[in-house]
Amino acid sequence: MPEGQQPILELQGITKSFGGVEALRGVDFALLPGEIHGLVGENGAGKSTLMKIIAGVHTEFSGRFLIDGQETHFRSARDAHAAGIAMVHQELSVAPDLTVAENVFLGNQPTNALGLVQWRRMAREAGEQLARFGIDVDPMSRLGDLPIGLQQLIEIARVLFSGARIVILDEPTSALSPPEVERLFTTLRRLREEGTAIVFISHFIEDILRVSDTVTVFRNGRKVAETASAATSKGALIEAMIGRGGEVLEHSYTDDLMLPRPSDSSIVLKVDQLSLARSLKDVSFEARAGEVLGIYGFMGCGQQELSRILFGKLKPDAGTLAVDGKPKTFASTAAARRAGVALVPESRRAMLFHQEPVYKNISISILDRISSLLLKPAQERDIAKRQVEQLQIRPPVVGLDLGMLSGGNQQKVALAKWLTYPPKLLVLCEPTRGMDVGAKNDVINIVRDLRAKGLAIIVLSTEPETVLSLADRILVLKRGALVREFKNEPVSKDRLLEAA
Amino acid sequence: MASSETAPAADQRTRSLASFLRSQMRNIAPFLTLIFLSAFFAFASPSFATIDNLGNILTQVSVTGIIAVGLTFVILCAEIDLSIASIANVTGIAVAYFTLQESYVNIPNIPLPGVAAILLALLLCAALGLVNALGLTVIGIPSFIMTLAMMQIAAGISALLVRGQIAYKVPSLISTLGSGSIGGIPWIVIVAAIMLLGGHLVLTYTRFGRYVYMVGGNREAAEYSGLNVKLILSSVMVISAVCSGIGGMLGVAHFGSAQQNEFDTYLLDSIAAVVVGGTSLFGGRGGIGNTIVGLFVLGVLNNGLDHVNIDSFLKILIRGVILLAALIINVYAQHLREKAAD
Ligand SMILES: Nc1ncnc2c1ncn2[C@@H]1O[C@H](COP(=O)(O)OP(=O)(O)OP(=O)(O)O)[C@@H](O)[C@H]1O
Ligand SMILES: [Mg+2]
Repeated sequence: MPEGQQPILELQGITKSFGGVEALRGVDFALLPGEIHGLVGENGAGKSTLMKIIAGVHTEFSGRFLIDGQETHFRSARDAHAAGIAMVHQELSVAPDLTVAENVFLGNQPTNALGLVQWRRMAREAGEQLARFGIDVDPMSRLGDLPIGLQQLIEIARVLFSGARIVILDEPTSALSPPEVERLFTTLRRLREEGTAIVFISHFIEDILRVSDTVTVFRNGRKVAETASAATSKGALIEAMIGRGGEVLEHSYTDDLMLPRPSDSSIVLKVDQLSLARSLKDVSFEARAGEVLGIYGFMGCGQQELSRILFGKLKPDAGTLAVDGKPKTFASTAAARRAGVALVPESRRAMLFHQEPVYKNISISILDRISSLLLKPAQERDIAKRQVEQLQIRPPVVGLDLGMLSGGNQQKVALAKWLTYPPKLLVLCEPTRGMDVGAKNDVINIVRDLRAKGLAIIVLSTEPETVLSLADRILVLKRGALVREFKNEPVSKDRLLEAA
Repeated sequence: MASSETAPAADQRTRSLASFLRSQMRNIAPFLTLIFLSAFFAFASPSFATIDNLGNILTQVSVTGIIAVGLTFVILCAEIDLSIASIANVTGIAVAYFTLQESYVNIPNIPLPGVAAILLALLLCAALGLVNALGLTVIGIPSFIMTLAMMQIAAGISALLVRGQIAYKVPSLISTLGSGSIGGIPWIVIVAAIMLLGGHLVLTYTRFGRYVYMVGGNREAAEYSGLNVKLILSSVMVISAVCSGIGGMLGVAHFGSAQQNEFDTYLLDSIAAVVVGGTSLFGGRGGIGNTIVGLFVLGVLNNGLDHVNIDSFLKILIRGVILLAALIINVYAQHLREKAAD
């Protein structure tokens, strides 16, 4: 930390617990104007909790909280906002039913003398702001209709251009593909020049090292290290995060990786000439038992739609599906599940019940296997306990409401739902999004286990690393069409990006 | 030093107690309301707090209770059924329509054996519920609109069946259950209790009950979990209609007559019982236990107001104000719960 500069924000000895769980223990944290401060740590380490304290979401904690050297206590997020603090939450917090323009101006729409919203002005200004950020979208479209990555970009844009002097980004890049990430970083650097203080949380250590000036490492509710980014390395950070050698855990996939010979085991899924409005054009492929098929593409390339069609949530305009050689037209997701297809969508909110305990979240998809009429809660809990243990979900309490888990742990629960009775075909969208390096590695191992058991697995992702770490064969989807297949040949991050 | 260590700990404990109470607001508030109202009326009128009057209250809420069982399922799924009272009415009329009436009743009806009359009436209400279900799930009409239309349709069928007349006779089984009693306890109270208990058991201990809560808690997640959401929504609409139908048949026997617009007040009362009891209008929270408390709040209020000496027109206003307060608590409890999760 440069000497002599007054921190814009300073926290001293912050302790916060939820019920009996201590999420933060005596954390000191300081933020300088014009710095980008990276924050890393395992799932559940307390990163989001600390940021929510800064943003006035959690108002009950102990410790000192100073802004510009003045002791302050926020009573709500609105207080924090008034003090110039804006945050992009890990869980999207957009209003899906409002228009893009309304979301950009959420809470401070331009009004005329009569207090009426000036729609045209709002739409124009929202369009301009988004264009500055390289987003080309109709400001009057409903936000919920846009792909999740675009929603995330719009939320980021809103916060970045809100004029805040402290900007907090909690895993902002998790739904973005490389070009958007680049644009985000350029914008962050510009804001830094203007004196904005930025906190940036991510599980992509390389990104953190590239964009931040200082990095702070959290572990188990404590701050365990704070260093200048230039003075540390990926391995050292990972070691500080999880307390063991990190290099083995994280590949960077810049070198060529050899894909195996295609398997000739039985075809589990055959997709023929699938088309959907403007999203998919004549998509045909097959997925085989005991093989992980990766589908890579940029945001909005049609991955999301494809996964929904496979699970019976969307109906294609044309084309056919066959599972185990039998043609299928899924009338509902229930039909798809019965046919042995399972989906983990990219959005946790879409598949988890936040107000229900963990065990009910894990058992919901398999209830008909464990009970015909009456529920068997003891058995449900046992099953959930096994999954929680296997996936190392923290805290390991199956009776806790799901909403109390950290983001990465929720993601694990989403996966756990399908693992007790493995399906024939498992479709995973962004399976490692929001997971720390250790957890990513766990997921890789789980997927390999399932592959060994003979499941057909499809991994769809906008992160090259995810696809490269998991897939045996890779398809590249570009604007709704399959443009390239990698099999039995060398592949790398660059080759994938080039194809997309 | 030691004291500064323990102070925050004690502080934390009171805070977590406070946040527990906040998250339980939905269940606590209706209960406190009930205790408060009972104490108030017991104090204001010597005739209120008697065993006899307790019996009155139980009998008075029975029909509402039977209808509210099905409505609880619907509201737990974050849907609404506005046709409950009309369906109760038409089912009550139908069972009379298929029963031999006295010669002075001038309705061109079709007398059948009692069992057949009851079965046909049940079939009718189930069919109307099925129409609600299909409108909601297959065509995609919001339940608010669909059941509003059904309210009219059922009223129309009632009108066609009785044509402005009044029928009196119902099958003997129905008249026993509606107006008879055993060992001093009215059968209708027993039926209501059994149905409430049945509803509770289904919601708490069966797989279907779990699905109802999950669909109400997060419909999208239910769909991504591979549940047949349309089937579950359809089932609750049919359950609601059948409960209404049973309430209607017993109600007709209880009142001693079957006629048009006989159940109009039951729409508001049933919705009020469910919501006042604390079942969330947003779905996924609450249950039959809440409905029972809500029924008692309503029953004590209606009955108690008759025991104190106030303007009978004012009573309507008071009921309205209490309902409003309950609705505010219902919506507020949702926010508190979300806050308590922090
Ligand atoms: N609302 C809550 N109620 C109870 N416990 C909570 C709540 N929010 C967080 N926790 C707990 O606090 C701890 C820290 O969670 P936090 O969300 O800060 O982790 P994180 O570092 O952001 O992890 P991730 O990388 O998974 O997002 C976890 O053990 C979590 O279960
Ligand atoms: Mg987090």
